[in-house]
Amino acid sequence: MIRSFGYNEFLFLLSAVQWTLALSVIAFIGGATVGLFVALGRTSTIKPVRLLATGYIQLFQGTPLLMQLFLVFFGATVMGIDMNPWAAAALGLTLNASAFLGEIWRGCIQAVPRGQWEAASALGLRFPGLMRYVILPQAVKVAVPPTVGFLVQLIKSTSLAAIIGFTELTRAGQIVNNATFQPFLVFGIVAAIYFVLCWPLSLLSARLEQRYAAPAR
Amino acid sequence: MAMAFDHAGDGAPRPISSEVVIRMDGVQKWYDSFQVLKNINLEVHKGERIVICGPSGSGKSTLIRCINQLEKHQQGTITVNGITLDSQHRHLDQVRREVGMVFQQFNLFPHLTVLQNCMLAPMKVRGTTKAEAEAIAMKYLQRVRIPDQAHKHPGQLSGGQQQRVAIARSLCMNPKVMLFDEPTSALDPEMVKEVLDTMIGLAEDGMTMLCVTHEMGFAKSVADRVIFMDRGEIVEEASPAEFFTNPKSERTRNFLGQILSH
Repeated sequence: MIRSFGYNEFLFLLSAVQWTLALSVIAFIGGATVGLFVALGRTSTIKPVRLLATGYIQLFQGTPLLMQLFLVFFGATVMGIDMNPWAAAALGLTLNASAFLGEIWRGCIQAVPRGQWEAASALGLRFPGLMRYVILPQAVKVAVPPTVGFLVQLIKSTSLAAIIGFTELTRAGQIVNNATFQPFLVFGIVAAIYFVLCWPLSLLSARLEQRYAAPAR
Repeated sequence: MAMAFDHAGDGAPRPISSEVVIRMDGVQKWYDSFQVLKNINLEVHKGERIVICGPSGSGKSTLIRCINQLEKHQQGTITVNGITLDSQHRHLDQVRREVGMVFQQFNLFPHLTVLQNCMLAPMKVRGTTKAEAEAIAMKYLQRVRIPDQAHKHPGQLSGGQQQRVAIARSLCMNPKVMLFDEPTSALDPEMVKEVLDTMIGLAEDGMTMLCVTHEMGFAKSVADRVIFMDRGEIVEEASPAEFFTNPKSERTRNFLGQILSH
């Protein structure tokens, strides 16, 4: 029987937002953690490490996120691991985000002037200390705006988790649409909710960029 | 250009220690097919002050940057303080701990205060305590006459002050040798003197120094030896008196003619 879109349907969509946000946060934290190592690997002085990090980035940037989610979800089943859509989505998005954040942060690390690396090296600091005390604190400033910008991408990317059966905002939209057959209305509202989530972050990113672009004193 | 320093050094050469601190033997370096250092042989004795000059692109900066391996050489050997620089990281670390370097662009760490700039290496490389590192830092900031700026960030200081902090930062590691890579070239003219005075003070205390500089007044009054480089080779090596009054090679005469005439 066909229901029409009402207050309850709207509440159902809203309550699914928490899963979109939860997945975003987990993928961001996971992606940031792994991504830091990817970025460090990309800027390492050891060639095999650099090549490995580069290959990792190329792999995840060169294939569709949806395929990555499929491979994690179905791949785990093939290998005999029982993986629910939640874990598969979180893992897939983490891997994907780590590659993109790694590449963004590589650029930020390399934006720190050469003289800073040289001065720290000349003082006897080795790679870990040099990174931790001299380069990363300066790279972080450059990294904040593009990282917030990437978070917007990530929130939108979580919608693909709907396809492996994880019930977040987009999947909730599909469910409501299957019951109401009002696709334009339902998916219009879903899109509007994504917009409400992402727009403030885009604004924030632009503002941070302006702030950090101001001449430092 | 010419700067006068009323300073000892113009007269008889000082006695120089026989202890060799840096030895370069047949050092060669290429950038791709372009050779930047050609068969460099150099001995630097303890307490010696050497000025390296030459036209831009002559390899003088590259030479001193090979001593702490900011640039790698491809042939020949470099020995610093008895340690030969090879592919072993341990040797490189040992050498860098004993060799201080001052850069043209100061290269202070902008996110740290002046004091933190000076404390970082003693704490993280030598493992001194925070209190010790602070005491060392204040000692050398006093030495370069800038202790009152200790809690400012480098961006709040003038170029001359920043370069003096950079010198103090290097001294905090208690180096055996100091390398200066055109330390006054990025400074406004009125700030050159305060940095040169600091360097003269260091020389008087017996620091072994290699300075790449165009300050011929400094070379005349402070250097024990002046080295002239051109196209990757050491063309001439002489005492300042000899170098400025009686240069042997045509290339040196041309260079001196250009640098002293304007």
